[in-house]
Formats: sequence, C-alpha cells, structure tokens
Amino acid sequence: MRIVNLIQLALRAIKRNKMRAFLTMLGIIIGVAAVIAMVAIGQGSKQSIQSQLSGMGSNMIVIRPNSNIQGGARLDNTTVQTLTEPDVAALEKDPQYFTAVSPQVSSRGQVINGPNNWTTNIQGVSPDFLKIRSWPLQEGVNFTQQDVKTSAKVCLVGQTIVSNLFPDGSDPIGKMIRFKNIPFKIIGVLSKKGENTFGQDQDDVILAPVTTVQKRILATIYYQTIFASALDEKSTDKAVDEITNVLRASHKLPPGTDDDFTVRSQAELINTFTATSQILTILLAVIAGISLIVGGIGIMNIMYVSVTERTKEIGLRMSIGARGIDILMQFLVEAILISVTGGLIGVAFGIAATKLVTIFLHWPTLVTQASVILSFMVCFITGVFFGYYPALKASKLDPIEALRYE
Amino acid sequence: MNKENSVILDIRNLHREFKMGEETVKALNGVSFTISKGEFVTIMGSSGSGKTTLLNILGCLDKPTSGTYLLDGIDIGKLSKTQLAGYRNRKLGFVFQSYNLLARTSALENVELPLMYNKDFSAKQRKEKALKALEAVGLSQRVHHLPNQLSGGQQQRVAIARALVNDPVMILADEATGNLDTRTSYEIMMLVQELNDVQGKTIVFVTHEPDIASFSKRTITLKDGKIIKDAVNTNVQNAKESLASLPPIDEEITNPVT
Repeated sequence: MRIVNLIQLALRAIKRNKMRAFLTMLGIIIGVAAVIAMVAIGQGSKQSIQSQLSGMGSNMIVIRPNSNIQGGARLDNTTVQTLTEPDVAALEKDPQYFTAVSPQVSSRGQVINGPNNWTTNIQGVSPDFLKIRSWPLQEGVNFTQQDVKTSAKVCLVGQTIVSNLFPDGSDPIGKMIRFKNIPFKIIGVLSKKGENTFGQDQDDVILAPVTTVQKRILATIYYQTIFASALDEKSTDKAVDEITNVLRASHKLPPGTDDDFTVRSQAELINTFTATSQILTILLAVIAGISLIVGGIGIMNIMYVSVTERTKEIGLRMSIGARGIDILMQFLVEAILISVTGGLIGVAFGIAATKLVTIFLHWPTLVTQASVILSFMVCFITGVFFGYYPALKASKLDPIEALRYE
Repeated sequence: MNKENSVILDIRNLHREFKMGEETVKALNGVSFTISKGEFVTIMGSSGSGKTTLLNILGCLDKPTSGTYLLDGIDIGKLSKTQLAGYRNRKLGFVFQSYNLLARTSALENVELPLMYNKDFSAKQRKEKALKALEAVGLSQRVHHLPNQLSGGQQQRVAIARALVNDPVMILADEATGNLDTRTSYEIMMLVQELNDVQGKTIVFVTHEPDIASFSKRTITLKDGKIIKDAVNTNVQNAKESLASLPPIDEEITNPVT
C-alpha cells in the first residue's frame, strides 16, 4: 500500500475515535510540553549565569597567594604575603598566552567629598585592569603607567560612588575627594557594571594606581591579587600553566613543592556553574522523559486495543491480499501519527508554557531549536517503538482465525 | 469455451491434517478435482465435512499438508506467505457469509480495497474499476452509501463487487447467501448466475443449501474429508425464474439486475 493511502487510513482510524486518540495523545502532549519547558528553563538559567560570569571580564585569570600555615596558625590569603612587584615584572616580561597583567591591593575606608561621605573599597591596580575586567570608562581618562611610577593621587570612581558623593548631579571629573584623609583627584568615571552573580555591587569601588594605595594607604610592598587576561577563551588553560611556571620560577620553588599561590581562570568558574545547571537540565529532562515513556505506553496500550478491535478487519484485509508488511505499516503509521501529532501539540504547549514562566515568574528561559527537534524525534521514535509490537501482533494474525473472530 | 485447454484449478490428492493435542484430525483426506474456466461449481457437505478447510486452501489462506494445488498453473504449496497474499490479491475474489465490509466506509471505498494493495493501480484507475464493478452488481445509485445504510442483499452485492474488482481468475463464495432470506438469496444467485453466464466468471460456491446448489452447473459433495459425489448438474435452475415463482410480497424490492 502506498504511504499516502496509509496516512489516509490512519487519519480515518484516528478520526473515528477522536476522544480516545486525544486521550492517548495527552500523555505525549504533556511529556513533550514538559521536556520543552523544563529544558528551556534549564538552558535559560545556564545562559544567564554564563553571560553574568563573562561580564566579570572575559578570559580573566586571578592569581592569589595561597592560604598558608605559619607557626601553627592558618592564615587567610589576604594576610599571606607572597606576591610582589618582581612577580608582576616576571609575568609581563614575555607572555605567550596572556596579555594584560594587573596587580591589585585593596583597602576599606571612608571617602569624603565636602558634606557627603561613603564607606567603600579603594583598589590599587595598574592601567591594564580596566582591559582585563572589560570595563570601559563612561567619561574622563584612565590613569597611566607614569601615574603608577609616581604614586599619583588620582582615581577612577564607580557609579555608586558618584551617586553617593555627588548627589546633586554635578560632574565629578576634576573634583578632589579624600580617602582616609588622603586627597585624590577624580580623573575618570567607570561605566555601570551592576551586581555580580553573588549580589555584590560592582560599582561601589574606587580605582587608583597600585603604588598609591600600597605606599600612601596600606604601607605594604605586597599584592593581594594579580589579575591577567588570557589571549582568548581557548588559551586560558595554557595561560594558567604558563603563569604557574613563571611564578614558581620567580618564587624559586624547588620541584616537588606546592605552589604558594593559586591561579584560577574564569573558565573554571563558568564550568562549575554550567555543570550545576547542566545537572539541573538533565534532571528536568529525565523527569520529562519519563512522562514521555508513560505517554508511549499509553499509545502501546491503545494500539493493542485497536488491533484486537479490528481483528476481523485485519482478517478481511489479509484475505483480499494485504501482506503482513501492509498490516504492520497500517498500525505503525497510526501509532506514529498519534505520537507525532501529540508531539506537535506538545511543542506548542511547551513554548507557550515557557513564555508564561518568563512573563509571570521572570525566570530566564531559552527554547533551543535542538530541544524542539529532539522532542519531535523522540515522539517519532516513541511512536515506532511502542507502536511496533501491537502492529507486529496484527501482521502475524492468521487470516482464517482473524476472519472468524467475533 | 474449451474446458480441456483452460483448467485454472487443479487439485491432486489433497490432504490437510490438524493436530488437536495428541490426536490428528484429517480435515481433507485425498481430494482431487479440476475446475476449468467458466465453471460454476458448488461445494456441498455437512459441517465437519472439510468444505471450509478446502475453501481456505482454494483461497490461498491455508496450505495443504500434502498433495498439490495448481492455481492458474502455479503450485500454491510452494509459495511464501507474502506471495500467497499477492495471489489472493490478483487471482482471487472472496465473498463471505457475513459480507465483511469495512464499517463506516463507503461502498466505493470498500470495493476499491483490493486494488489498494496492488501498486499497479493509480487512485484514478482504482475509482474507475470500482465504479464499473458496482455497476455490474447494480449498485450504481448506492456508490457513496455506508454499509449500515444498505440492506443485507445490497451489502452482499458490494462484497461481490469487491470480489470482482481485481478481475480474478476465480470467485470464491463461502455461504454467501447464508445470512439472507430466500428472496434476497435468489436475487444474489441471479447475479452470480449472470456473472457466470454473461461474463464467463469462474465461480466456486460453498453452501449447504440444496436449492442454492441447484443454480450451479456442477456440485461436488464432501463427506469426512473425501469427495463422495462430483456430478454435473443436468437440471440447472434459473434464479430469475425461481424468484418469479416465489409468492409476491407487498413491499418494494431492490431492482433485480437484468
């Protein structure tokens, strides 16, 4: 029998039992809608985490002193003093897989502009810091290497600082502010960066030349952190290795000893978060997948009923020349049609449900083409798999017995 | 028509055994006969005589345990299930006691059904052939009626049209008048006779009613799996005359085919 006729035949059989076909489809509809919606929610949260993390500075590598045990007391990594200027110099000497390097020290204290004051962080960095964090200036200019050399009292301020110290809306560029009684001239305003993934206000910061903060505020020669930027996302692992080697040489660590510093890339952080949301996605997809299987069993059940009901018809068809394969195809096409129709309706419902989740719960969602195609394929396979045995049973009927069936 | 040159069915020493637990039931025990093109044969016998088994084998639905069955020169015993299906589709036409029409399917589509399983026919050709077959059984006016909108006699006519549509070498009827009253039975027999006489169709008709057998040209009688009588009917009744001789009824009857 031709495929067109088979489809006509299946459509007619479905039409005759509309309610039954719909109830059978319902299992598939719910299953597919659940798969689409759940994967969309999982993908959405994954994507939003990824974009937030990459917003922190693409390809950023963070080097911190290792926590260490000195004289029995375990010291945290801000107290440990291992990263110094020669380390930065060594890193900047001949980098292969990373470009910009910036040391960082920070201090917390009150900043004052006339009658307004605010407690915040001042961070001492090098001019490259803005490049590493991919953080452009909104206005003004960055400080220079010369400012670092001379420990110039200049600074860049974040949006939160601007709004707290200049509530009247006046232009902060060129104004003097005082941090711990040390005057700083504002030469640039940072663009708004918003909260990070952990809810920290990234705009609540003052950036100044690293030496200025080291000498004039902290009176230290050590760095708390060194930032670097890998050439691109692919070379982060190589950059991490390269930095580790350079620092081990710079610290003269003999082979076999532990590093006295930690090198972390954003990729690691991203991987951790993506892995978490990946597990979430898989979990959701598995739950949804189970409902698809239940739907498939529904199809199988109804196809068995259908075959038994139509035993006599099968006998007649066989007696007038239908081959086993014709009967098999007749019932298989019917099962596939039910599951695929259910799948299409399910996709529509799934996308609608996803939209509702975004509108009412403000959850990030992402319906990927892959999830739609995949669930459609799964429906087709469900139809074939669960339709095959009833169809095979039908095709194996003995025409004489089937004709006599009442 | 030269009978000797156009044997279409040749059965030799046919045996069919069924295993019922320990016992072996011999449903057919050495049956031999030939049927030539254009014959109208009735197979008679009481229940258990083996006539249904014989019909199943003649209809390529079952295979003999031993013996040969040549249909149109082909040894049916040697064919696979799929090949048998192909033979049923192209060489045979079935008419059943209970019509076996597809419910909620129009007369036309029911008649088209055998051609659906033959890829040689396009949708247009199927429809043309089905309409022709329905015309031949006098149902041109009922083409789009569903089985439940047709009387028993009309349903059986649709079934006959379905058996005709593939131009079979032989039409097999299994108690085709068993569910019908005498008048309608005679009408159906009239149609069968006409198909045989005018169109030269070969017909094998299984029945246990002697008056139905009297319309055929030859009667084979089975008993306990053996032929006990194979006789040419010297006094063939004309169904049209028999119908006329029935007491008249008040209600209008289906127009008989002329």
